[in-house]
Amino acid sequence: MTTLRIKNAVKRYPNGALAVEGVSVDVEDGELCVFVGPSGCGKSTLLRMVAGLEDVTEGEVELAGRVVNDLEPADRNIAMVFQNYALYPHMSVRKNLAYGLKNRGTPKAEIEAKVQEAAELLQIADYLDRRPGQLSGGQRQRVAMGRAIVRDPAIFLFDEPLSNLDAKLRNQMRLEIKKLQRRLGVAAIYVTHDQVEAMTLADKIVVLNAGKIEQIGTPAEVYGNPATTFVASFIGAPPMNLIPAEAENGAIRLGDQTLNLGLDHRGPVTFGLRPERAHIGASGEGLRMETGVVEELGAIRLVHGRVGPHEITVTQNADQPIPGAEAVLRVEASDIHLFDAETGRRV
Amino acid sequence: MKYRQILDHVVLLFGVFLMMGPLVVAFLTSTYNHVTIHRQGMQFGWGGQFLDTYQTVLTQQGGFSGEITGLLMTQNSIILGIGFAVGKIVVSMTAAYAIVYFRFRAGTFFFWVIFLTLLLPLEVRILPSYEVAQQLGLLNSYTGLILPLIASATGTFFFRQFFKSVPEELLEASRIDGAGPIQFFWDILVPLSRTMMAAIFIIMFVVGWNQYLWPTIMTTEEQYFTLVRGIQSVMQQMIGADIPYYNEALAMAMLAMLPPALVILIFQRMFIKGLVEQEK
Ligand SMILES: Nc1ncnc2c1ncn2[C@@H]1O[C@H](COP(=O)(O)OP(=O)(O)OP(=O)(O)O)[C@@H](O)[C@H]1O
Ligand SMILES: [Mg+2]
Repeated sequence: MTTLRIKNAVKRYPNGALAVEGVSVDVEDGELCVFVGPSGCGKSTLLRMVAGLEDVTEGEVELAGRVVNDLEPADRNIAMVFQNYALYPHMSVRKNLAYGLKNRGTPKAEIEAKVQEAAELLQIADYLDRRPGQLSGGQRQRVAMGRAIVRDPAIFLFDEPLSNLDAKLRNQMRLEIKKLQRRLGVAAIYVTHDQVEAMTLADKIVVLNAGKIEQIGTPAEVYGNPATTFVASFIGAPPMNLIPAEAENGAIRLGDQTLNLGLDHRGPVTFGLRPERAHIGASGEGLRMETGVVEELGAIRLVHGRVGPHEITVTQNADQPIPGAEAVLRVEASDIHLFDAETGRRV
Repeated sequence: MKYRQILDHVVLLFGVFLMMGPLVVAFLTSTYNHVTIHRQGMQFGWGGQFLDTYQTVLTQQGGFSGEITGLLMTQNSIILGIGFAVGKIVVSMTAAYAIVYFRFRAGTFFFWVIFLTLLLPLEVRILPSYEVAQQLGLLNSYTGLILPLIASATGTFFFRQFFKSVPEELLEASRIDGAGPIQFFWDILVPLSRTMMAAIFIIMFVVGWNQYLWPTIMTTEEQYFTLVRGIQSVMQQMIGADIPYYNEALAMAMLAMLPPALVILIFQRMFIKGLVEQEK
């Protein structure tokens, strides 16, 4: 079953800015769907349209089989976790969790039970009588999630919930969010601009750019078969090398070098190669590369250099010998991505 | 370092002396007999008539009609001070709430119109204000004393700035939690504004307490006299007699200073505590 269906959603702000241009996404039951994209691409806007915090200019938002375009956020059966937590600073943690239930007219005993249950699930039961100002960042984050959980929503909405935490805590909370979401079995949308977060959390990734969808797929699909050069450069770190090239007679011409791949495409293309998929060696068949700066990262190293006039970066296991000034890149045909030079679409 | 500290203290002590000196002298003088004061001027010792004088001031029926006592005047002043301060807070908070959260079209325009009224203090518009109040039949009533004064551009401005600094997400979170506009105001904004309200209450209570011109014009019946007016009327009333009751006038001035000082002492605690806690 589908929990959420966004159909051709368009968002035009009153000042004329077109933030979302015709986006359609389905979120299935129990699925964790991540919206990822660079700053300003419209991910928050899209999420807020689902939440009901922004009007939908055109299109439909359908939640649990019901069009909710004109419903108030409180009537949509959603729960949202904000980037800066947005806890009520003057209320105790207990009251923060209970506030929404109280407004819905839930009986006192039931509120108490739900708050207790959520608090135990999130290990914040000891802080229930503290105020948010007396908690650490990670604890506040849990309280914010607790406030979402007690509502028993049809879908959780997260807007960059971890970006105020330090790196270590971020990794820990990321894992916890995923576990929690699995355990509750409730669908969720998670907005982030961090592709690592997107890859690790998602059942389904929606890559957004300038208000449009670039690709929807599982993390493996988005990584393995990027639909556009944008997705190719956005997902994966270090990013995919993208080099202008020419396809002709089943081969690819990169400057003065030619790679025989047995393709039947011709014309100008963008040649894509993931840094971790090139095998760098001292000699042999392949692309000649002039090496430059080498960065050691511990387990692997990054070798920067040039193929013809174009910059390229490849990774190498740290136990391999550091290549000399001239090296050769051995590349499998299946690891090469080709994109149309004009549209940026995969060919 | 040491010398710096000594210098600081000298400056502070000098300030205290300047501010408190006249008060102390006025208090000491008020404990003397009015004849002594008339002959020898202000006094620097303890006159021994403290209880007599203050009891007279508080309970003696004064004025032409004999309807008013010092206690009643204090009560009137407190009603005016609290009514004025609470009225200003209520009006300016609701106005600021409308301007900040209900982005109606001319919101900014109305804000500046409200702000412009700063250029038109009561003294400038006293005749038309009186005219309106008189036609509404508000002369000689507490409503007439308070209501025309409670519109406040300054208060609106402060609350507007404060509301603008409240994170937008709080509003959104409360919308998701099912709070309507009134609930958001009452459950979230009012508690968050406590320190602002305390600060404005302090300032406005003192301003209201010290009102002189407006009460003088609005009330002719002595039962509405405030302490500030009382001081003046004690002196005035005595002009015909041989020797004015200086001691009583001074005692009344001391009484008139007490409640504002208390309000500041009490609310300052809250104010500073709120500032330190940094809740937002
Ligand atoms: N209230 C608004 N009025 C007008 N334009 C807006 C408004 N809010 C956002 N925008 C514009 O809409 C576009 C998308 O904004 P949005 O906040 O959705 O981006 P985002 O993908 O969440 O970015 P970030 O990662 O920085 O949070 C941006 O170009 C932004 O300038
Ligand atoms: Mg955003």
